[in-house]
Order: sequence, then C-alpha cells, then structure tokens
Amino acid sequence: MRPDTRPFAHRHLLGIEQLSREDVLFLLDLADGYVELNRRPEKKLSLLRGLTQINLFFESSTRTRTSFELAGKRLGADVVNMSVSTSAIRKGETLIDTAMTLNAMHPDVLVVRHADSGAVELLARHVRCAVINGGDGRHEHPTQALLDALTIRRRKGRIEGLTVAICGDLLHSRVARSNILLLTRLGARVRLVGPPTLLPRTFAAYGVEVYHDMREGLRDADIVMMLRLQTERMRGSFVPSTREYFHFYGLTYRQLEVTKPDVLVMHPGPMNRGIEIDGVVADDIHRSAILDQVEMGVAVRMACLDALTRARRAGA
Amino acid sequence: MSRRPLAVIGARLVDPSRGIDGPGGILVDGGRILDCGLHITAGALPERCEVLDARGLVLAPGLVDLRVVVGEPGAEHKERMDSAVAAAAAGGITAFAMLPDTEPPLDDPAMLESVARRARRLRSVKVFPWAALTRGCAGEQLAELRLLHEAGAVGFTDGNRAHADTRLLHRALAYASAFGGLVMEHPEDPFLADGGVMNEGWTAIRLGLPGIPRCAEAIWVERCVRLAEATGGRLHVAHVTTAEAIEVIRRAKDRGVAVSCDVTPHHLLLTEAEVEGYRTYAKVSPPLRTEEDLEALAAALADGTVDAVTSDHCPQDQDSKRLPFEQAAFGVVGLETLLAAGLELVHAGRLPLSRLIEATSTAPARILGLEAGTLAPGRPADFVLFDPDEAWTVTEAGLRSLSRNTPFEGRTFRGRVRCTFVDGRRVFDREEAEAGGGTSA
Repeated sequence: MRPDTRPFAHRHLLGIEQLSREDVLFLLDLADGYVELNRRPEKKLSLLRGLTQINLFFESSTRTRTSFELAGKRLGADVVNMSVSTSAIRKGETLIDTAMTLNAMHPDVLVVRHADSGAVELLARHVRCAVINGGDGRHEHPTQALLDALTIRRRKGRIEGLTVAICGDLLHSRVARSNILLLTRLGARVRLVGPPTLLPRTFAAYGVEVYHDMREGLRDADIVMMLRLQTERMRGSFVPSTREYFHFYGLTYRQLEVTKPDVLVMHPGPMNRGIEIDGVVADDIHRSAILDQVEMGVAVRMACLDALTRARRAGA
Repeated sequence: MSRRPLAVIGARLVDPSRGIDGPGGILVDGGRILDCGLHITAGALPERCEVLDARGLVLAPGLVDLRVVVGEPGAEHKERMDSAVAAAAAGGITAFAMLPDTEPPLDDPAMLESVARRARRLRSVKVFPWAALTRGCAGEQLAELRLLHEAGAVGFTDGNRAHADTRLLHRALAYASAFGGLVMEHPEDPFLADGGVMNEGWTAIRLGLPGIPRCAEAIWVERCVRLAEATGGRLHVAHVTTAEAIEVIRRAKDRGVAVSCDVTPHHLLLTEAEVEGYRTYAKVSPPLRTEEDLEALAAALADGTVDAVTSDHCPQDQDSKRLPFEQAAFGVVGLETLLAAGLELVHAGRLPLSRLIEATSTAPARILGLEAGTLAPGRPADFVLFDPDEAWTVTEAGLRSLSRNTPFEGRTFRGRVRCTFVDGRRVFDREEAEAGGGTSA
C-alpha cells in the first residue's frame, strides 16, 4: 500500500457533527485502501506498533468491539478490552475517575461506548489521548455512519444525489443521527420513515423529509436503511405491539415494490428478523448490503485509528 | 441595646408597598423603621444619629425569596444554614422560605421548630420553613397541615415532586382552606416529564437527550388551578416557564381564582441553548425553554400575571454535576444573583425598577404572609442598599454558597448589593466583606 501520511485535523472522533465534508472524504478514501488490505491473506501492518488502544465499553457490544479490536490489531497496536461487567464502574466509580485512571496508564487511543448521550465527550475532556466515540446514548455513532457511507459509495459509486430512506426507531438511534449528518453533508437526499412516537416531526429540522407512511417514504429510494427497535432505551410503550409494528413499518418485498429496482438494503445490526425486517429480505444477496457493512466496519475503524494517531506517531 | 438610631439619606427610595419611588431616606431605631420617605433628608435628622450617605444607591425593602433549598438537614456538604444565610445576605435577601424536602423532610412540627431555631441563632437573614404537604414528601398521606401551620409553616409543598394523585391535591387544598393555608405545586405532569432532562424540541433531538414536552406544564397548571377553584384553597404555582402556562394563570386570575405564581432568573434570561455541550449547570427542573417563552415570562412579570421572582436556589456539589447530562442532578444556585439578574430586565427597559422590587420583595412577602417587603414605619428594618449600575462578573470562586453550580458563571451583570440590613443590623457590607478577604458577613 502506498503510504498516505497527510495529517488529520482532529484530536478525537466524537461525532460526524464536527467533521467537514473533506474530513469525511479523507477517511473514506483511507478506508478504501484498508478494504483491499483486509482481503489479503497477510493483513497485519506495523503502523501502530508500540501504541496502546483501550476499548472501553460501558454498554455491551459484540460486533462493534470486535471490529475495533481487529482494526487495532491489524495495524499493530496493543489492544485491551475493558467492559463494564469486569470494571470498577459497577462499584460506583464515576466516569471521570475512570477516565483519569485509564489516562494514567498512558493509552494512545481510547474507544468508548456509553449509554448516556454526551458521556464520551465528557470523558474526552479528562484524557490526553485520542478518543473515538463508539456510540454515546442516542447521540452519535460516527464510525457506523462512516462505514455505511463507504458501503454505499462502493456499491453505488457515489453518495451525492442518492435518495436514502432511514426507517424505524429514529428517536432512540445514534446510528440515525450520525447517518443523517453525514449523508446530508455529502449531498444525499435523506428521508426518515417511522411512526410519530419514534419519529417526531422535529427531525425535519435536520433538512430531511419526514414520512409516517412506509410506502410513501420508500418511493424511488436508492437505499433503505433499517433501524432496530431500541427497546432497552424505551420508557413505556412507543408502539402497540411488534406484530403491528412489523405490519406497518417492517421491511418486506411488498414494501420494496415502490423503491428503485436496484435498491440496496442496509441494517446496522443486530437485526430482529420479523420485527423491523423480513428475514428473506435481509438474506437477499442481490439487495442486502448487511454483510458488506460489517466488512467495511473494520476498514473504516482502521482508517480512523490511523488518522487520529498520525500527529502522535509523527511526534514520537 | 443603646445603639444609636441609623439614618440612610440621599438614596433613590423604592418602596412599592406604598407606591414610593424618588430621592429619600430611612430612619431606623431599635430594629424597627422609625420613619421612611421622601422627607427624610440631611436637614431633618434627630440628634446623635449615625448617618449613612447613600448617594447613587437604591434603598429598597429587603428581598424575600420564596423558595430556597438548604442542605440542612441531610446534605450539609452542599449547603449549610450558615452558608445559605451568608449567600442570601450578599444577595440583598433579608428573608427566605426554605423547602421541606430535606433528609429527613420537614413534615413534623418539631422538625420545623428545630430548623427555625438554627436559623434564628445565626442572627442574620430570616428563614421561614415550608412544611411538607405529605408525610415524608412521599406524595401519599397528608402531613399534619394545621399543626405545621401553627408551628410556623409558611405553606405546604413537596418541593419538585408533582402530585399525580389528583384527589390528594384536591383534599389538601380543601383542608388547608379552613385556615388560609397555602399550597405550592411543581408545574409538571410527572408522567409526561418522566425520564426527561431538558425541553423537548430540536436541541434535545440533536443532542440525543430525552425531552419534556412543554404541554406537561400547561396541563398541570390548569389541573391545579381547577382544584383551587373548586375547593377555594390558596394555590401557588412554582417556577412557571412556558407561555401556555402563563395564559392558564392569566385566565384563572381573571376568573378570581386564588392563585399566584413565580418565575426564576434562569428561566427569564436563559434558553435551552445553554444545554449545548451537555452543560449540566443548565440542567434545571422545569427545564430551560425558548426565546418566545423568555418574552412571555418577561411580559407577564411586567403586567403582574407573574407575581414574584424567586431564586429557586438549589445547591449541588461537583459530584452531582460532573456527570453525563442524564445522570446529573437538577438545580442551580441563585441567592447571590437574584437581584442582579432581575436588574437585567430593568436595564433592558422591560421592567420598571419598582416592579422588580415588588416582585422580589413585596409580592413574595404578601404571598407568604410575612411582615416584610415594605419600608412602612413600625415594620422591621429589613432593607437593602444596592448600586444599580455597578458592573461585576459572576465567578464560582466569588460565591458564598458552599455549592458553585451557577448557570451565570462568567456573565457580567449591572447592579450589585452594597449593604443588607436585618432588624436594623448590618448583616452584609460589601466593603467589609472585600476587605476581609471575601469571608461571609
């Protein structure tokens, strides 16, 4: 691989909100190179050799944590995983204490996931290393939006001008917020689809179109992005039943009749088959990009780790 | 007690209780007001009297704060009675009513007497307790309202707990009407507010924070007003924040319902935009709202629909605020910024000075039934002298409160308290406080 050593203007990756269009394109281009690397039998680089990456997950996660772990290891970093069940948080330690304790161990990158919006930003203020937001509450999940964008760009050749419908539980979704910011920044036409309890009209202020009817929202869409019902974040019921929800907002072949014929179906996972998506649609290799997303995830996270450690590596 | 009489002259005298606003002075002897008016001048003073020249200063009745959280008993690390009283004195407040949701709560006459005694011993700002409306402030069983009333409670409330049980509130208002007892209610539907941490709207959506819909307030205020109307009970609606709730109160007052309400300086001056960056010092209950609400509150304060301005002083230590926004505690300190914040509206031409004094002194004293909020001869000599134009910047380090959770950090206000007098005694003097290294008066 040709070494790309241009500097990256951010110390942390806390959200898409702080990134310019150029920043996003820079990370996507970098990630393209890592996709190729990951497909070779010899996947290991020594770019981050000697650097320590800690994955600090206050919320359980399998795929995102594994993806970050692989990304770090393939770049040669020493990767340590800390999850809430084995840490002091359960013993009453505050977030800031945890941040300062980890900081004293001189990590170079912290990847943090937390159940509260803004918690990663708060933690970042108390550490000296680079912080990557691995998802904070319902606020942002920037690497997910980047990997979704990379998936779309590689499958469709572009993002600008595409119609992307994001469907389901918008209210509780950090994936949706990061995707809306990124896709609108790159010139896609974004539509949101969901019941009013999970998609308040206020979302239109993002500069997107809001639909409460699935068929209307999906009409002529190039991309359909499905979101999971985030029951763990709900207080009280937002939909009468999962059966009713699937009937009106689940993605089935019938719903896909109104989209562009070459529509791409995406889902950030984990999927709930029969609740927001019909299993046969998810498994349709011609339409579903769900496994591509997982692949792109590792490459995008390698790009983020690479970009955020550049200043540190140049200084060392 | 052979203290010399005190005369303050040359001030701008503002006493809304008697409709006075003009150059004048006050004569004090034995803790009471001997005389006060436009006729008190240098040429007309009794002999041997101590004279204070107050040129350039405003002389007004001491501020009366309707709602203050004191950490005693139970949270002395956040605020003690002495620190609260020192902060109040520095803010020109000569009397405040403390909330009963302490630990343990003030739901027993003996508890009430014990905190009142604690405050009296400090010989400074007067402290009057609210009593719990329900036992343990738990919202289930009525406290001994009439015994508490006779023990000196200014009224009944469970603090920021709104009562979901409509029948309970109906009974409380009806029962208290027999002896003119005042019931204060938090204006928020607890079901709609459940889990919410800021105003519902675009900012909450963008930050990914659970919002509280604004209709939660008007709904609750309407419900409380209807109960007061039906029972003939006296209702005070705490910290109103939305234009719609103001309308509900305006209509109720037009119908002659015995309802009063207050607003806070933070709801008058700050919007939900303060929450940007997850600033937990902007986390208050009810939440900060929008520009339109600021306008509506200021207008309602000017026209009298809103009776009073109250600090809603709620001390929180760093451990309660340096947390992710959803986990952080609600509340801001406000004793020391109440007057200065109110003066912003005066300087902006939104409010006459006399109306501000009425809303921060005369009206709350009337609502609580206190012998305060006036400079009428014969009344206790509780008054404040302040420079309406002195600019100063709020800093956490400059606060006397044990907790520093002010939302006004770094803000420059115009108008600052010089001296505060309670029963004719100087309980705060800015010059002395500054010479003494900023320790409390």
